[in-house]
Amino acid sequence: MALTREQMAQRVARELKDGYYVNLGIGIPTLVANYVPADMDVMLQSENGLLGMGEFPTEGTLDADMINAGKQTVTARRGASIFDSAQSFAMIRGGHVDLTVLGAFEVDVQGNIASWMIPGKLVKGMGGAMDLVAGAENIIVTMTHASKDGESKLLPQCSLPLTGAGCIRKVLTDLAYLEIEDGAFILRETAPGVSIEEIIEKTAGKLIVPDDVKEMTF
Amino acid sequence: MAGLDKRVATYEQALEGLTDNMTVLAGGFGLCGIPENLISEIRRRGVKGLTVVSNNCGVDGFGLGVLLEDRQIRKMVASYVGENAEFERQLLSGELEVELTPQGTLAEKMRAGGAGIPAFYTATGYGTPVADGKEVREFNGRKYILEESITGDFAIVKGWKADHYGNVVYRNTAQNFNPLAATAGKITVVEVEEIVEPGVLLPSEIHTPGIYVDRVIVGTFEKRIEKRTVKA
Repeated sequence: MALTREQMAQRVARELKDGYYVNLGIGIPTLVANYVPADMDVMLQSENGLLGMGEFPTEGTLDADMINAGKQTVTARRGASIFDSAQSFAMIRGGHVDLTVLGAFEVDVQGNIASWMIPGKLVKGMGGAMDLVAGAENIIVTMTHASKDGESKLLPQCSLPLTGAGCIRKVLTDLAYLEIEDGAFILRETAPGVSIEEIIEKTAGKLIVPDDVKEMTF
Repeated sequence: MAGLDKRVATYEQALEGLTDNMTVLAGGFGLCGIPENLISEIRRRGVKGLTVVSNNCGVDGFGLGVLLEDRQIRKMVASYVGENAEFERQLLSGELEVELTPQGTLAEKMRAGGAGIPAFYTATGYGTPVADGKEVREFNGRKYILEESITGDFAIVKGWKADHYGNVVYRNTAQNFNPLAATAGKITVVEVEEIVEPGVLLPSEIHTPGIYVDRVIVGTFEKRIEKRTVKA
């Protein structure tokens, strides 16, 4: 079975380490916050200028001046700091964020990512995504492995305009966890009950299947 | 302190000198920390042909979105412009020009503009459409593109508190682009929720020192919330 959104978030959360500063994109990445292990202290960065994003407020603590990058009202946790947008992106671009999780339309074997623009459709903008992929050392892309019509999104070469070039090394799809090395996807883990054959079929870019591929457990 | 007293009494005075075809830098992220009354004053003045530099362009009927209704904006420089039907319509009809800029690059363009740095290299956008026509240079084996900084004829800024000297503090994430815009305007106008007596704001807590600020005005704010989200 393909992973649910919650399972994808759970799997990403296994990459967290105690003491990490983490930037979570909108969508599935946001859900990762729900699976931070209780014995770990992880600080979430929101690129509008908040390091130490807390939970959503109550009606009583709701504050129009306290939002996250998705423009939702949030709170600041103990130990948080607030700063301007240049400072926020200095953290991101300067490589100070330990883990970045974001979505994509396509990735390819060269580590290119396309996530912001579909020609012919209205372009709303890249927001902070280009800065995040250019600045982070450790990025996990979360995405569906193939389109609803079965077309692979893991490609020999991205067909859409890029968000960043050569910056992606880790990809979690609803079918598999893969790494990108030397111009190929390397299959590391399969979703429970998903066959290696299905992953081969749905991966258009060069795929290497090592002998020790694991099956994820939840 | 007469010469250093930045206070003005009316919004008309606050934007005195704003004319057609000027460049206006605006603080705010979404609808958080936007100079809502200064935007209303721009609308009231009816100036046209503006280039507006801001992370976003408001929503229909609020924030910078109100300047679209009378077609006052000729060009928008922003990182994300969703949430606005009139914006889409003007963009698709060619009435409005848009320069999409990565958010961190936009922030740095304002910071650099205010700091007297004409351009800088960044890896952000290399290999993407953002790099089209820009100089590429390699440092330590990595490719960077040259991005030019931004200054404005006016900067419109939303602060929390200011004193008579124009020293400003911001509240929570309403800070965002505001301190950056404040440094990069030829004329920087800050509207705040409260003007306090000199000495009330401690020197070590000032976010924007008064040297960057030309005019301060106190206003009342709606502070509309874009995505009200509360705990279940």
